[in-house]
Amino acid sequence: MADVYDLLILGGGPGGLAAGIYGARAKLKTGIIEKGKPGGQAATTEELENYPGFGPGTTGSGLTKAMADHAAQFGADFIKDTVAALDLTGSPKKVKGKKGEYLAKAVIFALGAEPRMLGVPGEGKLRGKGVSYCATCDADLFTELDVIVVGSGDAAIEEAEYLTRFAENVTIIVIHEEGKVDANKVSAERAFQDPRLNWKWNSIVKSINGDELVESVTLKNIKTGTEEEFSTNGVFIFIGTQPKTELLQGIVELSPQGYVLTNKKMETNLEGVFAAGDCCDKYLRQVVTATADGAIAAFAAEKYIRETELWEKEVLTPQHPVLVAFYNPTDMAGTEKVGIIDKFMQGKDNLSLVKVDATRNELVKKRYRLDTGKLPVVYLFQQGEVKASLEDINMKKIQELVK
Amino acid sequence: MIAVNKENFEQEVLQADGVVMVDWWGPKCEHCMELMPSVEELAGKYQGRLKFCSVDTSGNRRLAISQKVLGLPAILFYKDGQKIGELAGQEIQPEDIEATIKQYAK
Ligand SMILES: Cc1cc2nc3c(=O)[nH]c(=O)nc-3n(C[C@H](O)[C@H](O)[C@H](O)COP(=O)(O)OP(=O)(O)OC[C@H]3O[C@@H](n4cnc5c(N)ncnc54)[C@H](O)[C@@H]3O)c2cc1C
Repeated sequence: MADVYDLLILGGGPGGLAAGIYGARAKLKTGIIEKGKPGGQAATTEELENYPGFGPGTTGSGLTKAMADHAAQFGADFIKDTVAALDLTGSPKKVKGKKGEYLAKAVIFALGAEPRMLGVPGEGKLRGKGVSYCATCDADLFTELDVIVVGSGDAAIEEAEYLTRFAENVTIIVIHEEGKVDANKVSAERAFQDPRLNWKWNSIVKSINGDELVESVTLKNIKTGTEEEFSTNGVFIFIGTQPKTELLQGIVELSPQGYVLTNKKMETNLEGVFAAGDCCDKYLRQVVTATADGAIAAFAAEKYIRETELWEKEVLTPQHPVLVAFYNPTDMAGTEKVGIIDKFMQGKDNLSLVKVDATRNELVKKRYRLDTGKLPVVYLFQQGEVKASLEDINMKKIQELVK
Repeated sequence: MIAVNKENFEQEVLQADGVVMVDWWGPKCEHCMELMPSVEELAGKYQGRLKFCSVDTSGNRRLAISQKVLGLPAILFYKDGQKIGELAGQEIQPEDIEATIKQYAK
């Protein structure tokens, strides 16, 4: 059987890399499965100037390379493989890649997002023939040529500006009224001042035309209904992204748009399965929020792993019966009752007692559906299973419970 | 791997005997740089059964466009001056390249 990782991180974008740094530094045996080069979408943008502490001049590939080196330095393993299937309900959790199968105690899902396609005729056929979703990758090739940029969000506007360094003419196709874009105000104002950018308002692309290479697009003015053929050599599409969460369908809860639903600890609804970065249902999808998610997810995963290990060792695996007393440390009367069990334990060698602060241990609270309003409570475990429980603790009842 | 440019493309690729694989790449194309070690390894493994060339598109833009390459990475296969096969796009993996090489290797 393959080695079992403590923590397996799926995806080596900023979210996964930050999780790797935190996981490995916490001395968890940590693996990051990435199909390509680490860095994710952030590595595909030339200018990345809003990551705190790294201002103008920072490149997406440089910043993410530093993150990957950082994770490797703390001892995270980089596994080059494509995640193909997941079996996350049991323990250990199984991750099937194209090349191998990997096992882990906890998993952080961070496969990020991919560009959304326009879905118009010609787009698929002319991909790599003028249709592009990555300005940094392809901008060079369009030197002295004409390009259009479709979209008006932050990525569209910033990549359009980058393209002006190469292309002869850059025209941005915007669906909104003149002067209205989806990008943030600072970027938008800078772009409006940029004489190298041309704008087509109220417009959508109906088709991308060309035989072997892109020759033109058909634009439709949604206000007037008129269509025009607009010649161009390149079509750069930045109309948002869609989460890469197909593998989680039916396994964890997703939003109607397919984003992973998590709580503040980046936990999914499945025990030991966390998510981080652009694949999550969240308000702002940026490098800084992806890395923050990754840090939280790894921290929560560590706690989960330690709690599970302790629970396994002290409660589930012993051959003898185990009493588990769940208590609330702020409840004095309740805590005193736990003292009765301590007294009961004196002289018993084929029995052990484990006390759990139920207000802090998330794992048992969830697994055993504990009602924290009804503490303290005692469970009797035998061979890993709950045999009986007791709410109203007194000496006589405990004696009966264990009998 | 033979580094080919606009001067010798005709001779090294179009006039060559047998099948020629050309890896079109650019220094800014992360995925190209990522694939490169694997491509070089494949070139070693299948040496003599196929000819392997690469073009840095950053200095050979017109050449790329003349070969209908307007997106990277692109891996093209030629025989007798004709394009006979093509892999393109961000999703290309080393396994895909090897599978296509096997198809054309003598
Ligand atoms: C053009 C562009 C410009 C941007 N500019 C900025 C900016 O200036 N500032 C900013 O803060 N943010 C910017 N962003 C957003 C930022 O890049 C993302 O928010 C961030 O990369 C999300 O990180 P992530 O780790 O969640 O996912 P991703 O970056 O999407 O990483 C996911 C990783 O998972 C890998 N993967 C996917 N599927 C599999 C699989 N099946 N098996 C194995 N590995 C897999 C991918 O290869 C990828 O490396 C930009 C995005 C784009 C597209």
